[in-house]
Amino acid sequence: MQGAGTAVCLGSDIDTDIIIAGRYLRTKDRGIWVEHVFEDLDPMLASRMKGAVIVAGKNFGCGSSREQAAVALKEAGVVAVVAPSFARIFFRNGINVGLPLIECHLPCTAGQNIRFDLTGGWVESGRKRHPVRPLSLRMQEILRAGGLVRYWKGHR
Amino acid sequence: MSTLSERILGADAGDYVDRKVDRAYVHDGTGVLTLESWKSMGGDRFADASHLYVLFDHITPANNSTTATLQHELREFACSSFLQFSDIGNGICHQLMSEGIVLPGEIVVGADSHSCTLGAFGAFATGVGATDMAAIWLTGETWFRVPATIGVHLSGTLDGVAEAKDLALTYVGKLGMDGATYQALEFIGEGAAVLEIDDRLVLCNLAVETGAKTGIFYADTMTVKYLAARGHDVLPQVPEPCDYCRELDLDLADIVPVVAVPPRVDTIKPVRDLAGLPLDQVFVGTCTNGRYSDLARFARVVGGRKVAVRTLIVPASRAVLAEAIRTGVLADLVDAGCTIGSPGCGPCLGAHMGVIGEGEVCLSTANRNFRNRMGVGGEIYLVSVATAAASALSGEITEPEVP
Repeated sequence: MQGAGTAVCLGSDIDTDIIIAGRYLRTKDRGIWVEHVFEDLDPMLASRMKGAVIVAGKNFGCGSSREQAAVALKEAGVVAVVAPSFARIFFRNGINVGLPLIECHLPCTAGQNIRFDLTGGWVESGRKRHPVRPLSLRMQEILRAGGLVRYWKGHR
Repeated sequence: MSTLSERILGADAGDYVDRKVDRAYVHDGTGVLTLESWKSMGGDRFADASHLYVLFDHITPANNSTTATLQHELREFACSSFLQFSDIGNGICHQLMSEGIVLPGEIVVGADSHSCTLGAFGAFATGVGATDMAAIWLTGETWFRVPATIGVHLSGTLDGVAEAKDLALTYVGKLGMDGATYQALEFIGEGAAVLEIDDRLVLCNLAVETGAKTGIFYADTMTVKYLAARGHDVLPQVPEPCDYCRELDLDLADIVPVVAVPPRVDTIKPVRDLAGLPLDQVFVGTCTNGRYSDLARFARVVGGRKVAVRTLIVPASRAVLAEAIRTGVLADLVDAGCTIGSPGCGPCLGAHMGVIGEGEVCLSTANRNFRNRMGVGGEIYLVSVATAAASALSGEITEPEVP
């Protein structure tokens, strides 16, 4: 599982309210989540999500269990999120919707090209390659299937 | 020798296990996506519908027709599929599950981050997202990584004006917002034994604010008595020596009234440091502090006086509201000038019924004070019920007096 994208740098403890606010949750229209992703942090961020690799600080995705946060990032075109640690519900949600999450402390330079290989267990920014903590086998299977919905479809 | 989480999950910390889920619940917010994912998985039946709950609490009653339509679809589905269904006005999912449903030793999963609240009964209770829940609907199981456990040793008793909420905010401040990520908090010691069930629910509720997978108490005589009153005959769980990855000692006698200063739940300061901060709204309620004991405490502190700032009180459940009516507490709150909301989550998540405006300050008994959560440009300070009551009387942050 390889991928690449453009670095968008964010801070630590990015909570799910900031990723997608509670006022936008009562809909099944994914376009609304894409349109308002990170709105309360920076209204311009949504336009920079396509092809982005978000490089954040620790505890990314803390707070509410809302899966819309992971879906919003995925649907907006985020390729992967790299952070030293993730809140556990967000971590499960991300993998479940097919969004690669990479546990690694990565220095961030905005606009830099980031490449990663989840099977090989590394992420690269500029010319420097960093080892990443491998996903559990189950999570790798779910991600490879394209998310938990497709994983279970394939198992039945 | 095992921690309680290891004992319930039947494996050692760090192991990955698949486990049958004893009870699984969603609310109107997460249920809509759960249903969508379940259908997309090819769902046409349930592993065991009798253990699946759909409990409306997040935006109840519906705030607009979009919400109403989504709720209508989920309500029709839940009822026609014979899931355990609770409609608007019955109360908050975690509160309903705590009113004699969840039992010691069970594995309980909720599609809401505060599902860890139910650890108060010696159950392994944790939150997941909607698609994880859809897989539980389908298979009756889910996977867990068995958490390492932080032992939180409690000694002494709460005296004076501090309450369980102050203790909870204090430990969140000590551990930090990611201090227990992927881990469990196990509350033990003589100080744990004297805490009422309502207090234990508060301590477990805040566990997720440290990143923890769950907060958990051993079922003891207090638990047995509480559940016996609700028709369940259960046995206490006896602690055994075990390995904690970290230990935290808290003497309850040292706990003072505190505030979580926005925008972080782990920025904890004594109430007296913020005394005098003007308020626009006081909100008492939520899965943290919306129980009958909270409403009664608020009324006791107010003691026949009038609130000086708009004050919204939202009972956590219909049972809480009924008890407050029966004892006269509700009349006291209304006479004091408080506004009473329909049982549910109220404005906590910023969707309806008491959201705040640009530049407004809300003093709240809830569990999150993230930026813009209760309304764009508003700020949320988190406190105990007694602090909320003392502050409602003065219109500014005020330390409660020793009763």
